[in-house]
Amino acid sequence: MLNLVANNSTVTEHETVPVRIKSGPSGPKPRRTLSRRNIVVYGTLIVVALYYLLPLYVMIMTSLKGMPEIRVGNIFAPPVEITFEPWVKAWAQACTGLNCDGLSRGFWNSVRITVPSVIISIAIASVNGYALANWRFKGADLFFTVLIVGAFIPYQVMIYPIVIVLREMGVYGTLTGLIIVHTIFGMPILTLLFRNYFAGLPEELFKAARVDGAGFWTIYLKIMLPMSLPIFVVAMILQVTGIWNDFLFGVVFTRPEYYPMTVQLNNIVNSVQGVKEYNVNMAATLLTGLVPLTIYFISGRLFVRGIAAGAVKG
Amino acid sequence: MTSVSVRDLSLNFGAITVLDKLNLDINHGEFLVLLGSSGCGKSTLLNCIAGLLDVSEGQIFIKDRNVTWEEPKDRGIGMVFQSYALYPQMSVEKNLSFGLQVARVPQAEIDKRVARAAEILQIQPLLKRKPAELSGGQRQRVAIGRALVRDVDVFLFDEPLSNLDAKLRSELRVEIKRLHQSLKNTMIYVTHDQIEALTLADRIAVMKGGVIQQLADPMTIYNAPENLFVAGFIGSPSMNFFRGEVAAKDGRSFVQVGGVAFDVTAYPARTRLQPGQKVVLGLRPEHVKVDEAGAGDAAHQAVVDIEEPMGADNLLWLTLAGQSMSVRIAGQRRYRPSTAVRLSFDMGVASIFDAASENRL
Repeated sequence: MLNLVANNSTVTEHETVPVRIKSGPSGPKPRRTLSRRNIVVYGTLIVVALYYLLPLYVMIMTSLKGMPEIRVGNIFAPPVEITFEPWVKAWAQACTGLNCDGLSRGFWNSVRITVPSVIISIAIASVNGYALANWRFKGADLFFTVLIVGAFIPYQVMIYPIVIVLREMGVYGTLTGLIIVHTIFGMPILTLLFRNYFAGLPEELFKAARVDGAGFWTIYLKIMLPMSLPIFVVAMILQVTGIWNDFLFGVVFTRPEYYPMTVQLNNIVNSVQGVKEYNVNMAATLLTGLVPLTIYFISGRLFVRGIAAGAVKG
Repeated sequence: MTSVSVRDLSLNFGAITVLDKLNLDINHGEFLVLLGSSGCGKSTLLNCIAGLLDVSEGQIFIKDRNVTWEEPKDRGIGMVFQSYALYPQMSVEKNLSFGLQVARVPQAEIDKRVARAAEILQIQPLLKRKPAELSGGQRQRVAIGRALVRDVDVFLFDEPLSNLDAKLRSELRVEIKRLHQSLKNTMIYVTHDQIEALTLADRIAVMKGGVIQQLADPMTIYNAPENLFVAGFIGSPSMNFFRGEVAAKDGRSFVQVGGVAFDVTAYPARTRLQPGQKVVLGLRPEHVKVDEAGAGDAAHQAVVDIEEPMGADNLLWLTLAGQSMSVRIAGQRRYRPSTAVRLSFDMGVASIFDAASENRL
C-alpha cells in the first residue's frame, strides 16, 4: 500500500502536461445520421417494406379503376378516374352461383361464425389453461400431452370423421356445427397459450388467494382474469384472424347459404363465365381482408396497453 | 399447550422424499424459525402446515384440531410470502379485505379489522394505493396486514424479508419482533438467514435434507451445536474446524492437530474423550483471543495473512496448524499482514465433534 502511494507521487512529479484538459471531446459522442450502419438498416427496411406493400398498392389502384382503364394494362399507374363502383359491386351485387347480393351475405355469415367461436373457444381454453397451470389434478400431464399431440394431427385426416359426428348430432351444415368445429380446433394452441401464461404468473399469488379462502372460480375470476388482459388479446387476435381466414372448414361443414366470406370471395373471383372483372375481384379481396387488418390495428394498441396495465412486478 | 403439532410427517414428490417422518411441536405464542439452506424442506414443511401441499403421510394439528385434510382457509392460519403476493389489480384496502369478503364477513366488521391492521402496521395513508405504487417494505407490510385481518392463531412467514435490501430487512425484522411481542400469536418463520433466525426466534429448528438437525433456543444453537452441520451453518464467518486426534498427557487432554496440540481439558465433554479418538475441534472466530507475539505458548504462534476491518470489529485470517482460520477481534485495533500474533482459546465455549458420526461429544 505504502509503496504504491510513493510510486504515484513520483509519477506526478515527472508529468509536465496538466491533468485536466479543457478542450477536446466532452459529453455524448456525436452520431452521424448518414452512417454506414444507418444506411444498411434503413435501406433494408425500406426495400422489404416496398416488397410487401407493392401488391397491396396494385390491388388498391386496380380496385379504383374502371374496366376500360384496366384493359390498357399499366397495373402500376394510379387511376386516371377514381371510381368506387367496383367496391359497391363487390359488396352488394357480385354474383356467386344463384345469388347476386355480393359479399355482404358472406360477411354477415363470417361475423356470425367468428364472434361465437372466438368467445367460446377463448372462454373454455382460458379455464383449461388455468386448471392445468394451477390445479395440478391427477392426470394433468397426460391430458395436456394429448391436447398438444392433437395440435399436430393434420386437419384433413379429421374432416370425414367430424362430418359423421356432426351429422349424428344433427348440426351438420349449420352455423352451430361450424362453431363447434372452430372451438375444438382452437383448443390445443389456445390452451397451451393460456397454460404457459398462467404458469408464468407468480405461484405465491395463487397460494395467497387459497389461504384467503378463494376457490377455483373466485381465483380465476377475481385474481387471474384481471391480470391476463394481454394474453386474452393475443388469443383474440389468433382466433379472429384464424377463423375469419378459414376456408376449408367453411366449405366442408356448411351449406351455400351459410358460406363464410372467404368461400364467397373464392366463388366470385373464380367464376368462369363472363368477363373477369379485376377491379371487382380486387375490391372483394380487400373487403375480405379488412376485418383481420382492423383487428391488428385496434388490438395492437390494446395489446401494449394490456401489458402496461397488467404489470405484475411493478 | 401446543399450538401447532406435526406428527410423523412425510412428503414425497414421486421418488424424491422431501420430508421424512418429521415431528415438531410448537407452543402457543412461540416464535419458531425453520432455518436451513435452499432445498432443505423448510418451505415445504411450511406449505404443508398451511395446507397448500398435500402430505404423503402423517398428521398436522393446529390448536389440537386435526387439520391434515382441511383447506388452507379452514386451518386458522395467515401466511406471508417472499414475493409479497399482493393482488396487483386491487388497492391495498381491497388486498386486505379480499379474504374477508370471500368469507362473507359483514362489511362493518371488515372495515373494523382493516382499520385495526392498518393502524398496527402504520399503513393507513397507503390504503387507496395499488401495490405497484408501494416500495418493497410497504408491500411486505401490506402482506403482513393481509394475514393480520384474518384474525388467526398462527402466522406463517415464508422468507418474508429475502426480497428486501439489507437496511429495510433489519428494520422490518425489528417490526416483526415487535408485532409478535404485542400480538403474542404463534409464528412460524422460514428463512435461510441465520441472523434473522437468531434475532427473532424463541426456538430455531435447523433443517437439512428434510430432517430437523437441532431444535433449540438461539443461544444453545449458537453455543452448543448438536452436530457438525449445525456448527458450520450457524455463525458468520463460519466456525473454524480442526481435524485431529485426542491425546492425554499429565492428566490433561489435548486435541492433536498436526504439530499443534490444543488443550481441551476445560471442554465440558458429555462423555469422556478417549485418547486416540478421531475428532473435529470447532472454534468460533469470536472465541479466540489475540495477543502480540512474545513469550508464552509457542504452539499457538500464528501469522496474519489478511485483515478485513468491518468497522465495529476486525476479522483476521491467519494460518494455524497448516490451515487457514478466521479470528474476530473487537474494537478497531489494526493488524498488518505478516504480523506475528499469539492465540489463546476459550475451550469452555468450543465444540468437539466425533469425526465419524459428526455428533457433538
